[in-house]
Amino acid sequence: MEHVISILVENHAGVLARVAGLFSGRGYNIDSLSVAPTNDPGLSRMTLVCRGDDRVIEQINKQLNKLIDTVKVTDLTADEHIERELALVKVASTSQNRSDIIEICNIFRARIIDVDLKSLTVEVVGAPQKVQALIELMRTFGVREIVRTGRVAISRG
Amino acid sequence: MRGAQIVVDALEREGVEVVFGFPGGAILDVFDQINKSRQIRFILTRHEQGATHMADGYARATGRPGVALVTSGPGATNTVTALATAYMDSVPLVVICGQVPTNAIGNDAFQEADISGITRPVTKHNYLVSDIRDLPRVIKEAFYIAGSGRRGPVVIDFPKDIQRATLPNYTYPEKVDLPTYRPVYEGNPRQIRKAVAAIEQAKRPLLYCGGGVIWSLAHQQVLALAERCEIPVTTTLLGLGGFPETHPLALHMLGMHGTQYANYAIHECDCLIAVGTRFDDRVTGKLEEFAPNCRDNIIHVDIDPSSISKNIPVSVPIVGDCRLVLEKMLKHIQPQQHPEWIAQIQEWKTKYPLAYRDDGVLRPQYVVQKVYEATRGEAIIATEVGQHQMWAAHYYLYTQPRTFLSSGGLGTMGYGFPAALGAQIAHPDKVVIDIAGDGSIQMNIQELATAVLNQLPVIVVIMNNGYLGMVRQWQEMFYQHNYSSVDLGRPRDPEGRFADGLPDEVPEYVPDFVRLAQAYGALGRRVRTKEELTPALEWAIAARRPVFLDCLVAREENVFPMIPAGASVHQMMGGMA
Repeated sequence: MEHVISILVENHAGVLARVAGLFSGRGYNIDSLSVAPTNDPGLSRMTLVCRGDDRVIEQINKQLNKLIDTVKVTDLTADEHIERELALVKVASTSQNRSDIIEICNIFRARIIDVDLKSLTVEVVGAPQKVQALIELMRTFGVREIVRTGRVAISRG
Repeated sequence: MRGAQIVVDALEREGVEVVFGFPGGAILDVFDQINKSRQIRFILTRHEQGATHMADGYARATGRPGVALVTSGPGATNTVTALATAYMDSVPLVVICGQVPTNAIGNDAFQEADISGITRPVTKHNYLVSDIRDLPRVIKEAFYIAGSGRRGPVVIDFPKDIQRATLPNYTYPEKVDLPTYRPVYEGNPRQIRKAVAAIEQAKRPLLYCGGGVIWSLAHQQVLALAERCEIPVTTTLLGLGGFPETHPLALHMLGMHGTQYANYAIHECDCLIAVGTRFDDRVTGKLEEFAPNCRDNIIHVDIDPSSISKNIPVSVPIVGDCRLVLEKMLKHIQPQQHPEWIAQIQEWKTKYPLAYRDDGVLRPQYVVQKVYEATRGEAIIATEVGQHQMWAAHYYLYTQPRTFLSSGGLGTMGYGFPAALGAQIAHPDKVVIDIAGDGSIQMNIQELATAVLNQLPVIVVIMNNGYLGMVRQWQEMFYQHNYSSVDLGRPRDPEGRFADGLPDEVPEYVPDFVRLAQAYGALGRRVRTKEELTPALEWAIAARRPVFLDCLVAREENVFPMIPAGASVHQMMGGMA
């Protein structure tokens, strides 16, 4: 089962390598990972999406906690939480279909952030399913490039 | 104060008495200071791996962190095997490596290696000091992290410009401030009560003790619990010495090469009390069939939460220090008796003892037995890795913690000799013996120079069978007798003459360990028969000098009992009785 794990770590050199090394060294897969400083500049937040049965996830949790630089590990999956992802999608477009693309983007509340004669670049933010749905629709026009942030997540309340 | 002076001052304040190591360009500033210390004895080794294993042997024999000091690049990479050895066996080490100056890092400078990157997976933690102001805190934290919780090695990567930089107003911190690292020592009282109830209700309880018992010095509590509740005790390889093996409740080692009675006891017990151990695959064999009669009744005490329910789910997990948790259990637990269970175990012990063919031939098991007798079981024993290691575990009876030093987790050939030297430095008056194979001893044999020059009277008992014996045993048993690259001896024709056409000066055995020892200024003696053994051992113990005893033992002896890798107790091979 997929788990979204939020890790608060000390913000200094080598910490990302420790977390990434732990996953590769123990054979766990990372589906996505995003890292940035928090409101406390001494701390960083990692949001990590991974897969595994309960035993594997429990080990991941324990191993992450064991790192000296780890402040807190939270498995958000069990509780109410919100997930968001941002994707930039460069879609092939012509003067004939440009308005169709824009119409779909409006429904998804996605924004056009760049345009030229042969392409449009769309910015979409939302739950991973929404982002995926828009990408699937864009494929019918021809997707040139996709850049995704990976998921970030926060607990409700 | 300059960085290099701070390091030496900090080591002194940490109470360090011995540092092992080897100098080089990127650590010269520290070497320029360390020989001015009146407190620290520096042991110059012949290889950085040797230095780090010595620090490990010192740590295992004393319980205090061992310290090694090496240069950058190759000096640092040479410590990696020893770091991994210490990490797998939870041994506290602080290894300080020189590094190229900070402005050269990343430029492929001479003798540069990314040692914090390389050692990350084999250390408990590591530091790259990039600011002189961090240095006092880093050293304080390194010793604290290495020696607390589940112990382990810590590396400090120390660039040359930081060694030369000056820190005004240097003070060494009194304590550490590490909110993200707080090991749990006190076990949860509710879990402890559950454990007590489970033990009191058990009909066939069994204690299974690992290295955690040694590190927390919980041996007296294990003994008290075993005696009060009449619980037999088996230990892992690293747990040897955690329970007196001369005690009637001792079942000795369990697992792949454990005793048959220990493995039968694990199979039949209805309550397993695992203390300071991690259910390693060499202990459990096939996980699904491990301890089938107590799977809903396993108590596991360990300081490392990630060791609990990693391989085997347990019903009563207790995170904490083994000694503190057992002390609390002992406050509540009522005496129990299990006459039927004890009788059953006694029957297994009588029926399936450890045994070997004791004929006229000098056999390795016999050698270990005589080492035990000659030292009256009071020596510190180190081992290398292989068949001799298992025989050292079987035929010497350990009664005290910190008297058996062996690479259990990583299985590092070449560990024993330097580890024995480290232990000898910690305990100059003790008899320290490295039980070795003729393969393993050659992996760090250069430290014989360190032994001789520092007057460390370690005795190396070499079980010389001319083979990489454990590999040969596996090839015999699991690879249809196809001996591939395991013969260390000279090929002979059917009449017994050498068939290699080598010149006459090539010795009968390569190397000739007796002459090799003599070349270093140590003592050497060859033992070919059973009769020669005890006098040779007595001579070696009396000599108080480094000694190689080259024991020419039966070549194709196998280690039994054996449960093949990944198999269960049903596939246990008893060997000959």
